[in-house]
Amino acid sequence: MEKFTTLTGVAAPLPLINVDTDMIIPKQFLKTIKRSGLGKNLFDEMRYLEDGSENPDFVLNKPAYRNAEILIAGENFGCGSSREHAPWALLDFGIRCIIAPSFADIFYNNCFKNGILPIVLPQEQVDELMREAEKGENARMTVDLENQEITTSEGKTFRFEIDSFKKHCLLEGLDDIALTMARIDSIAEYERKMALERPWV
Amino acid sequence: MTAPKTLYDKIWDAHLVEESEDGTSLIYIDRHLVHEVTSPQAFEGLRMAGRKVRAPEKTIAVPDHNVPTTPDREKGIENEESRIQVEALDRNAREFGIHYYPVNDIRQGIVHIVGPEQGWTLPGMTVVCGDSHTATHGAFGALAHGIGTSEVEHVLATQTLIQKKSKNMKVEITGRLQPGVTAKDVTLAIIGATGTAGGTGHVIEYCGDVIRDLSMEGRMTVCNMAIEGGARAGLIAPDEKTFEYIKGRPHAPKGAQWEAAMAWWQTLFTDEDAEFDKVVTLKGEDIAPVVTWGTSPEDVLPITAEVPDPESFEGGKVDAARRALEYMGLKPGQKLTDIEIDTVFIGSCTNGRIEDLRAAAEILKGKKIKEGIRAMVVPGSGLVRAQAEEEGLAQIFIDAGFEWRLAGCSMCLAMNPDQLSPGERCAATSNRNFEGRQGKGGRTHLMSPAMAAAAAITGRLTDVRELM
Ligand code: SF4
Repeated sequence: MEKFTTLTGVAAPLPLINVDTDMIIPKQFLKTIKRSGLGKNLFDEMRYLEDGSENPDFVLNKPAYRNAEILIAGENFGCGSSREHAPWALLDFGIRCIIAPSFADIFYNNCFKNGILPIVLPQEQVDELMREAEKGENARMTVDLENQEITTSEGKTFRFEIDSFKKHCLLEGLDDIALTMARIDSIAEYERKMALERPWV
Repeated sequence: MTAPKTLYDKIWDAHLVEESEDGTSLIYIDRHLVHEVTSPQAFEGLRMAGRKVRAPEKTIAVPDHNVPTTPDREKGIENEESRIQVEALDRNAREFGIHYYPVNDIRQGIVHIVGPEQGWTLPGMTVVCGDSHTATHGAFGALAHGIGTSEVEHVLATQTLIQKKSKNMKVEITGRLQPGVTAKDVTLAIIGATGTAGGTGHVIEYCGDVIRDLSMEGRMTVCNMAIEGGARAGLIAPDEKTFEYIKGRPHAPKGAQWEAAMAWWQTLFTDEDAEFDKVVTLKGEDIAPVVTWGTSPEDVLPITAEVPDPESFEGGKVDAARRALEYMGLKPGQKLTDIEIDTVFIGSCTNGRIEDLRAAAEILKGKKIKEGIRAMVVPGSGLVRAQAEEEGLAQIFIDAGFEWRLAGCSMCLAMNPDQLSPGERCAATSNRNFEGRQGKGGRTHLMSPAMAAAAAITGRLTDVRELM
């Protein structure tokens, strides 16, 4: 997994609530057996018109946001299906950070496994960043994970909270499985105990 | 004396392998269910790292999302990508030696129906699956939740998950349900009351007389949609009904092990003085048969109501409701019972069990569906299908004009050929009414099987009580 330290980039405004994972990546693209290549179908139904051409009104199709690396969105972002294809598609497009008032649990967790930083901020602050993002590519923001700070192009800063373990893993680009493999003795010990206590499992 | 615990606390504590200072914990997983859509990348990851499945005997796989449900399916899957995904699961199940129910096995079906049916899901267990509706298994008093593909790989490799404990939320439904009101109405009414983010960060325990009175099938319907309320998992304390349901199932404990299991299972309830972080109470009597009008499961109203005015909402919901009405092709003030439908879908892990088919058949008995309506029943598993045939339900559906399909997810998410076309309006017993969920441009109204059957007869959204 790629490390996440600081990121300076364009933020795209997506002022919708309850953006679900079907919207982020519709099911017809879940048939892949790979992780890569989903970026072109990110937000497919909003991004393309009936005839397959780009919808010029959709934010990520506008010249200013084609290279956006940050997404600002409404509450309950990523609700719905557990598909990790959603963060894969965001990442493949180039989004490394999402800022919203709240996230659905599974999506939130899935982000961290893929080097994406989801940031929760109070609604008023998200509103402010949303207005900032609407200014387009001149309004590049900086997200500093180490110091837990977002800085706008005008120098205004917003502090955010994040779980210390998740932060550590992102900063170091650590793979969960390798971390857990290092504790395999405790797992084996638990299994021995359970074979006696709950043998029917 | 130890502090009083909730059911969630008890199951959590019983599965704690390690806990670090900041509360990050390693939790042991008793059952890992796998389907074809969210697992190929996980098995590939194992292969690349040269890892094995740590506990293949606790890992169960079944293809469900992509499989065709038409009677000719042994001919194979036409769509190439779907076929590749199912073949990948076949190969992975064999290579890694996990339990497997292939497409043409009578026990095949939707993963959340197969697990309980085969006795894999037991009280007090931790159950995970790369699928958000894993919450279904909470009906047995199992801590069950959906995970992403990276976590699927983590569980395959280590049989554990890295987790932080969620908060406790209690949802109590008191009293009794009125005639015509089912488990589906209860679970939709809860989401209507709490919103789709109402349970975020929480594990819900459902309790109260209404929940006690529900059958195991009904309890599964309630827990199934815990995720639509934003919760990680939903739980119901096991009781005599639970034990009765489990007893004798192929993978349920037997003999002395059954006795030992029962002794532990009977301790699985929330202690009297245990504290919840959040409590929601609804009266059973207040719940009516409901339908959804919008594109979020929280957009739910009694069937007797009218399409709401977006201006009547607050904050971001005003725009969301406006967008939803446009997508759904509805106008504020329109009576819900005036909405005409094109299609009826009865099935899914929410409502694809035998009791659901019985409820729908009860309404359809001796009747015909309205001309021009496309209607299908997709049983949740091959065994549900066989039982429905034996009970004569299949014939009732066929005589009424329904298509009688083979088991799978089907039009719940339309990854197989069962899809809505743009603008097509569907009365569905599934769990999600998101834009495009049942096919691009398709319009979904969620409801109970009995309500869906009623809609099939009249060709519009209908109060089932008028047909009872
Ligand atoms: S029936 Fe629907 S909700 Fe259930 S597992 Fe299948 S696709 Fe998911």
